[in-house]
Amino acid sequence: MSTRALLLRRHSVLPGFNLALGFSLLYLCFIVLIPLSAVFLKTFTVSWGTFVDTVTSPRVVASYRLTFGASLLAALVNAVFGLLVSWVLVRYRFPGKRLVDALVDLPFALPTAVAGIALTTLYAANGWIGKLLPFKVSYTPLGVFVALTFIGLPFVVRTVQPVLEDLQRELEEAAATLGASRLQTFGLVIFPALAPALLTGFALAFARALGEYGSVIFIAGNMPMVSEITSLLIITKLEQYDYAGATGIAVVMLVTAFLLLLLINLIQAWARKRQGR
Amino acid sequence: MSAVIRPAETLAVAGAGPLVRPLAPPRATDAVSEPAWVRRTLIGVALAFLTLFLFVPLVAVFVQAFAKGVDVYWAALTESDALSALKLTLISAGISVPLNLVFGVAAAWAIAKFDFRGKNVLLTLIDLPFSVSPVIAGLIYLLIFGLQGWCGEWLRDHDLKIVFAVPGIVLATVFVTFPFIARELIPLMQAQGQEQEEAARVLGASGWQILWRVTLPNVKWALLYGVILCNARAMGEFGAVSVVSGHIRGQTNTLPLHIEILYNDYQFAAAFAVASLLAALALVTLVLKYIVERRAKASHQEARNEH
Repeated sequence: MSTRALLLRRHSVLPGFNLALGFSLLYLCFIVLIPLSAVFLKTFTVSWGTFVDTVTSPRVVASYRLTFGASLLAALVNAVFGLLVSWVLVRYRFPGKRLVDALVDLPFALPTAVAGIALTTLYAANGWIGKLLPFKVSYTPLGVFVALTFIGLPFVVRTVQPVLEDLQRELEEAAATLGASRLQTFGLVIFPALAPALLTGFALAFARALGEYGSVIFIAGNMPMVSEITSLLIITKLEQYDYAGATGIAVVMLVTAFLLLLLINLIQAWARKRQGR
Repeated sequence: MSAVIRPAETLAVAGAGPLVRPLAPPRATDAVSEPAWVRRTLIGVALAFLTLFLFVPLVAVFVQAFAKGVDVYWAALTESDALSALKLTLISAGISVPLNLVFGVAAAWAIAKFDFRGKNVLLTLIDLPFSVSPVIAGLIYLLIFGLQGWCGEWLRDHDLKIVFAVPGIVLATVFVTFPFIARELIPLMQAQGQEQEEAARVLGASGWQILWRVTLPNVKWALLYGVILCNARAMGEFGAVSVVSGHIRGQTNTLPLHIEILYNDYQFAAAFAVASLLAALALVTLVLKYIVERRAKASHQEARNEH
């Protein structure tokens, strides 16, 4: 029996299903699935005790704390300012708006290494911004936060913006007619409608920040226990030929990333259900 | 007949201007808008945030690149290590973008035009590389093709090198740019449905003819945007490539890795000179994105008007 007959739910007159699906699956397996499974298979070669020891050693735990803490803080800042930026871009008119709108995607397009050296130079003690600040940013955990804020910036804007554009102004007019103040309308009508998109954007920015490497390593200073992120620790282990150790940490990060992906999908399913109602 | 109607039409058109204007709805924004000072403050804060985190870093790249003059800039770009890094970057993007393009079209064809079991699982799996840290993307190829890896000894015995060589860099780049084109095509092709393709089929077109004459022209802007994004990411990838590259100057260095080496050597002007190339590429990507989005919107409007 062909895959066509096996898999298809409905007969179709269009050709090419076997070829297209077959090629897609083959390519997916060779490029993504088999290589990714290598991480998990490698972990099975070490005992459970060794694995736990590796991924809970003090230096590794310190790196989790920094990575998760800075990512969470950066995603929170991006949620607040991303909402503000998308609001301003959708609702107000000002000179240069199109340019600003186009440039929001810069962190997507700019290579992380370029962002890394630019931010490090700016926030160094003698840099344009670092000079004005009374405290050190580059080569401290604060630098990690700055880099992660930069790379996560477009996520919230680009998830909230389309929802805000589609929001019916009639609802706000109705709220105003019923005597709601502008702040009440925002809190009770607009914000709840934006909440799922905002949450999705927040989770996407957080997930991206957790795995970030290029922009952070320049600005972090990379001191063990203080400003060393988990991704860097994997590289350090690899450079010491400790493949099992590197893989163990990678598994923890991968599982976290997959759980976040699942959470994002659940939020989106919830949002669709709410919109459908 | 027509002679009678024509003056009346002219009259109506001539009268439309001054008559209609006062009837246009008054600005109904007061109730659903904020006071001017709130608007101005919000715009100000948003722009200040974007300036601090986006515009200043972008400007800094170009300013630092020319900090030591045009001669240093030019020398940094034409130095042999920089040129070989540029060549390798072009090679790896030149291989990974077409591969992912073919995959993107195939996956979108299967997912958007047919209804089959396990479609949602496939969709999730296609997105998977987005949620894998770049460092892990490099690590997985090291585990397979590295000396300690699955195929390590076999590769060594046959004198083949994949990691710490060009094939590894290409593989890592293919992995991190894997979903970009498929992600742009699938939602659009799903929204377009399969009526046009079915009509072409009934009229006797072959599968390839349908693809070339019907499907691809319908999605050309999304396709182009996917290719642009994929290319930008392929040329700028750092973490994944860094793991599998081995950092051999002049041989396995891509432009982002070359930037790292220069920066760590305290050759800041040279590092920013090379960085300015990639920043310019990012700006070109944004401009193309802007154009593509406008074209897509225009063709969408056109399609709507035809209906």
